[in-house]
Amino acid sequence: MHYESNVREPLILGDKSYKDITVDVARPVETAAPRAWWIVFSISLVMFLWGVGCILYTIGTGIGVWGLNKTVGWAWDITNFVWWVGIGHAGTLISAVLLLFRQKWRMAINRSAEAMTIFSVIQAGLFPLIHMGRIWMGYWVFPFPNQYGSLWVNFNSPLLWDVFAISTYLTVSTVFWYTGLIPDFAMIRDRAINPVQKHIYRILSFGWGGKAKAWQRFEEVSLVLAGLATPLVLSVHTIVSMDFATSVIPGWHTTIFPPYFVAGAIFSGFAMVQTLLLIVRKIFKMEDYITIQHIEMMNIVIMVTGSIVGVAYITELFIAWYSGVEYEQYAFLNRATGPYWWAYWSMMTCNVFSPQFMWFKKLRTNLIFTFLISIVVNIGMWFERFVIIVTSLHRDYLPSSWSMFSPTFVDIGIFIGTIGFFFVLFLLYARTFPVIAQAELKTILKSSGESQKKHHDPHGAH
Amino acid sequence: MFVFTKKAKLFAMTLTLVGLVMMVIGFNTSGHEAESHDAHATEMHATETHAEHAEEAHVAHAEEAHDEAMDAPHAEEAEAAHAEHGAEAHGEEAHADGHGGHEDHGAANRPWSAFLVNTIFFLGIGIGTLFFLAIQYAAQAGWSAGILRVMESVALFVGIPLLGMLFLAITGNMDMHHIWHWMQDGIMDETSPNYDAIIAGKEGYLNDTFFTLRTVAYLVIWAGAAFLLRRNSLKEDALPEGQTMFFTQRKLAATFIVLYAVTSSTSAWDWIMSIDTHWFSTLFGWYTFAGMFVTALTVLNVLVMYLRVNNYLPWVNDNHQHDLGKFMFAFSVFWTYLWFSQYMLIWYSNIPEETPYYLARFGEYKTLFITMLVLNFIMPVLVLMSRDSKRIMGFILMAAVFVLAGHWMDHYIMIMPGSVGYHYGFGWVEIGGFLFYAGLLLYVVQRNLAAAPLRMKNHALIHESKLFHQ
Repeated sequence: MHYESNVREPLILGDKSYKDITVDVARPVETAAPRAWWIVFSISLVMFLWGVGCILYTIGTGIGVWGLNKTVGWAWDITNFVWWVGIGHAGTLISAVLLLFRQKWRMAINRSAEAMTIFSVIQAGLFPLIHMGRIWMGYWVFPFPNQYGSLWVNFNSPLLWDVFAISTYLTVSTVFWYTGLIPDFAMIRDRAINPVQKHIYRILSFGWGGKAKAWQRFEEVSLVLAGLATPLVLSVHTIVSMDFATSVIPGWHTTIFPPYFVAGAIFSGFAMVQTLLLIVRKIFKMEDYITIQHIEMMNIVIMVTGSIVGVAYITELFIAWYSGVEYEQYAFLNRATGPYWWAYWSMMTCNVFSPQFMWFKKLRTNLIFTFLISIVVNIGMWFERFVIIVTSLHRDYLPSSWSMFSPTFVDIGIFIGTIGFFFVLFLLYARTFPVIAQAELKTILKSSGESQKKHHDPHGAH
Repeated sequence: MFVFTKKAKLFAMTLTLVGLVMMVIGFNTSGHEAESHDAHATEMHATETHAEHAEEAHVAHAEEAHDEAMDAPHAEEAEAAHAEHGAEAHGEEAHADGHGGHEDHGAANRPWSAFLVNTIFFLGIGIGTLFFLAIQYAAQAGWSAGILRVMESVALFVGIPLLGMLFLAITGNMDMHHIWHWMQDGIMDETSPNYDAIIAGKEGYLNDTFFTLRTVAYLVIWAGAAFLLRRNSLKEDALPEGQTMFFTQRKLAATFIVLYAVTSSTSAWDWIMSIDTHWFSTLFGWYTFAGMFVTALTVLNVLVMYLRVNNYLPWVNDNHQHDLGKFMFAFSVFWTYLWFSQYMLIWYSNIPEETPYYLARFGEYKTLFITMLVLNFIMPVLVLMSRDSKRIMGFILMAAVFVLAGHWMDHYIMIMPGSVGYHYGFGWVEIGGFLFYAGLLLYVVQRNLAAAPLRMKNHALIHESKLFHQ
């Protein structure tokens, strides 16, 4: 059996049996929703509907209803797009990269992180579609044989690479997520009393029987998918960064963008997972599974990726000076001291300084503080994209065309709408899906459960 | 306990000595050995004024190129470089872009640059291993506890190539060579014919004092971290059973990682990027790091294999070896990812500030450049992709040869074009420098391996490592 050193803290607290895990994970699905759930759900739904209204207004009238102008042709739309795609990264990182690194603590959080990934990629996908103006022609982004004359996609455009990167990402993430869900759906099916519920979960679980052979294949598929998904963690945000970096716009064109965007994406993704799980563990009483140690680990990831992002900011700033190219130098000077200085310094404060608090164990194990920082980080990451996009555009090569960007109520409404939509999806998920990968979690009960660990002799000689 | 035999000692010392002798020969014959260019360039070097001399060199070379079909690409490149000078508004100072005037130092720079290539290559082995060692503590990795002593032994080597770097920095300041173009006299002096406005703009960072100070700082931080990690690890062995210094080590490792996050980039800018002084790339630091890291992982993998074959590590099994193989594979791909990111973005944007770097590498260095890519990406993927191959000695060795040769070439291609131009070759110092450092590496590593038991007594995760399986 797998042996674990005593310096490692237990990952499952309390004196749990396999049955306890089953009951605890199935509880949110089998019982009525707590009042807090209804409150949050109603607020999210209202936000979502408001967003739908703004989207319909945009489509009906045209994207002129946004605050874009001749100089700043890209602003909140792309900012929101990149922000949501970035958030989606944590799911794949947790499920694929941490699986390859054999990090057992991922087992309590991977299900929700993957769900979050899928829901946030859905939000991201909305923006390019809406931005097209004629949303019903959205399928034109795919290269399909047609008789429309010269209609064909431009393979040289990173925007097209995005279409492939993100749709691949969404597909693989969904398959990965669903594969893991099969045995857990079967568990709920087996416990269901209501025949309708039983029938639904029977369909969802693909007739899972739990034979040894099925488990063996299940593990093989997981490993293969993890191997496939790992390059995706890097590729998706790499390609998103190329939307900017392949251009010649000062502030956009810089070679560090691909890995730096990836680090930033993981950073914001973990912050979002942190926000969601702090709520989930509280509402559904999952404190024994999503322990303080899990929170701490995620905070460390946030600290490390935040610092990587910080190094990248400083590198960009330094190289802009070092390059001796005046446009490059001005772009960065303008960011830090121009009319958008407040956005730049919000970004710096939220992304680089605030995660440094996580060096202190007291702070990174404090739930309220963690919750605050997780939100601060996501605000900061939104500002990062805003700073990159808008400050690089608003003062272009001709001072006569310099301008500022101010969002209209539609810009704001659509953004709020996606937040509402995201939470609606996540809350529905939390009530109908097993939020913890219980089958996986059970595999580490004997080696990492609190009471089980106590019974080990110090050298684990068995 | 590892035994550092007399025979091994003699072998390592012979390598170092042979390398040293070869380097001495190389330094004394530099500029006379290979091609006809060299004599010509040395002659040119004697010319007084820089601007003139660049002009002449350019013309002379273009003529020569017409005679020899082989040299045709060079003529084109010189032409292009020349045109760029005008475009970049350097005025009449044709020497500016590291092509014209700079190349004429090429022959004289050659042995120094060759020594720099080897210094950086072996530095990568030391610093990469040190970083990997620190990561093991910071990430609380259990599987690797049984090979930490091996990592320590290699990490301690980091000081020697750092001394080599310091030597190169000081000799550069003394104007004994011009590997770093910006160290030329008068280049930041407006009244000098050598003046280059762009390079002068970088004076705040690229100046002799600050440069040397930074090199000293890297020496202190890197070698210091290796020393402290090792000292604590030996101290831990002396503690009564069950007590561990794990958490002290973890803090130390985390501190080092933070410092290294900054110094890894700045050192790459200093030692390598500033050779092509005009050129800049924000990714350069991370790219250099990735190359160094994969070099170190490869050496570590081979070393662990060697020790296992000779029965020094009975607690290490195929699963540990497999993990090292995975790291080697993964970071080969990661290096390629960064290589591609840098290359592709510069190619796509195609702006004159950036493209000269790759134009030079796609000119005379084309064969090397493409071979290097094949060795560093395609070969490791083909050899190490399968699960079984990471557990078979022959395959690991084969991949290791590819990766090490590939990254040596990568450093060569990063350093040579900017410092010696077309005066490159593969002679006394290239080989001698390699043997010199290889001998030192063998000596230092074996001495360190023999200095302490290979199994840590009280490491908190040592038992976990022993029982590790997949």
